[in-house]
Amino acid sequence: MSTLSYTVTDSVTMLRRNLKHAVRYPSMTIPVVVIPVVLLLLFVYVFGNALGAGVAPGAHGHYVDYVAPGIILMATTYGSVSVAVHICSDMTEGIVNRFRTLSISRAAVLNGHVLGGVIQTLLTVVLVVGAALLTGFRPDATPLEWLATAGLLTLVIVALTMLSAAMGLRAKTVEAASNAPFPLTFLPFLGSAIVPTDSMPTAVRWFAEYQPFTPVTETLRGLLMGTAIGDSAVIAVAWCLGLTVLGFFWARSAYDRA
Amino acid sequence: MTTTRLAITATGLRKAYGEQVVLDGIDLTVAEGTVYALLGPNGAGKTTTVQILSTLAAADGGEVRVGGHDPLRDPRAVRAQIGVTGQFAAVDAMLTGEENLLLMADLHHLGRREGRRRAGELLERFGLADAAGKLPSAYSGGMRRRLDLAMTLVGEPRIIFLDEPTTGLDPRSRHAMWQIVRDLVAGGVTVFLTTQYLDEADQLADRIGVLNGGRLVAEGTAEELKRLVPGGHVRLRFADPAAYERAVRVLRGAAHDDEALTLQFPSDGSTRELKSLLDWLEAESIEAEHLTVHTPDLDDVFFALTTEAGDAPAPTGAPATTTAPLKESLR
Ligand SMILES: Nc1ncnc2c1ncn2[C@@H]1O[C@H](COP(=O)(O)OP(=O)(O)OP(=O)(O)O)[C@@H](O)[C@H]1O
Ligand SMILES: [Mg+2]
Repeated sequence: MSTLSYTVTDSVTMLRRNLKHAVRYPSMTIPVVVIPVVLLLLFVYVFGNALGAGVAPGAHGHYVDYVAPGIILMATTYGSVSVAVHICSDMTEGIVNRFRTLSISRAAVLNGHVLGGVIQTLLTVVLVVGAALLTGFRPDATPLEWLATAGLLTLVIVALTMLSAAMGLRAKTVEAASNAPFPLTFLPFLGSAIVPTDSMPTAVRWFAEYQPFTPVTETLRGLLMGTAIGDSAVIAVAWCLGLTVLGFFWARSAYDRA
Repeated sequence: MTTTRLAITATGLRKAYGEQVVLDGIDLTVAEGTVYALLGPNGAGKTTTVQILSTLAAADGGEVRVGGHDPLRDPRAVRAQIGVTGQFAAVDAMLTGEENLLLMADLHHLGRREGRRRAGELLERFGLADAAGKLPSAYSGGMRRRLDLAMTLVGEPRIIFLDEPTTGLDPRSRHAMWQIVRDLVAGGVTVFLTTQYLDEADQLADRIGVLNGGRLVAEGTAEELKRLVPGGHVRLRFADPAAYERAVRVLRGAAHDDEALTLQFPSDGSTRELKSLLDWLEAESIEAEHLTVHTPDLDDVFFALTTEAGDAPAPTGAPATTTAPLKESLR
């Protein structure tokens, strides 16, 4: 077998190990699903009447149709962030030293964590979409648009997971690892996830318009609700790819040093 | 004539952490199919040495070859031949014993069938078959240690590093571990182990290196090392202070302890010497309550070689080198 196929085999082995951990110890995975669902309920049923007045898109004008894509995006941040904690606590396990003395691909441990994180986060996103549909979210997306949505969400999740993995590897303690990527979970709030950016104070608005989550949110909203996308899609994909590459090299150098 | 091939060689091995020099020029050679034991007090650099040899740490200087390759320049080639059981358990706490072994089998690309076979065989051999489906947290220390070693053996390595393999094990588990090591060596495997237990080195090792203050202060077989210290002696303990007084007066050369009522002479422990001692006591009508023979062991070597720089005080039972030999005292 070639080096590449060994890398793939070893990464899959590490992925299996990772998923087994997640299934066996779901205490990390459950909050990741619960938090976005609670936020969804909060924004739809508690704040919905006040916030929804002027922003609701679509024919029937429900706020849930505005906020659901934003909440779905938040689900990606919560899911990705938990990888930092996983990877950091795993690096303190003795087994990692054993991995280092095996003749296996250097990147396999990292790949296993990132792949495992991406799969788990995709699953939580599916659950959150389901919850949104139950609360009255009525997207008008065609199958092709759903596919594009899934593709974009996957790109976002890969980018965030890679960054989060790097932060987890750089963190000295598990506490630090859980704090470091936390700002990522706030970024959707400072974009157009909850309310449109033009309702924000100037400084925040300026930030909101140029941060990666806004074009992603706008693209999702466009795909799902048929609002205008414009050049948001291209910008969103560029952000995702850029952050993934950055995260990859950062994580790899952090892994070599850890 | 067959020349012995060397599994491990190191020359001028150096390593410092910041200002602290841990290894200050170590030379060692380990022949294939033999056991090398590295002895040393806490902090001597045993783990550091193992880490360097097993590609986990980079040396600052020196030439190292493990299985014919340089761990620094060609770690993959080294890793393909070695198995490492570190000082602290390297098992996956969230996987069962069997799953841990299967994980190793997968990482050695054994294939499903062969992986299952080898995992089952190792569980059986290490007495873990009943605990195969349990998490390591439900294992005793000895079981975890055995699982740890079993995981090291999944890939059938030719060179095995064991960093303090029996620390924390009870005597039965320790003997079981020794037997495992002997079986491995019988199969042609080279074992490099570190230990703080001198009897362990004595039992297992073909060669022993004593590490202290960053240097190998002694190296050789157990017998060679024992010859380095004049450790053998006979000790007499008296119940009756009067008898003790008399013995002290007559045996003027002996080291004596007035509170414990004991006398101590250097001796090789031969029956001839002991008989003459007993005959003499009989003839003088001195009644000693107890006679103990202390043959030199690696403890003596250890204490003699590692106290200067170390922090451990010499034991009270250390041989008194200034006393005259028994034979002369009896004359
Ligand atoms: N990563 C490290 N950074 C700084 N100092 C270290 C590091 N690893 C080891 N040392 C120091 O190097 C010295 C040797 O450590 P090492 O672990 O090799 O000793 P040891 O012989 O294995 O001891 P023990 O019997 O306690 O296991 C110690 O003084 C230790 O403090
Ligand atoms: Mg050690």
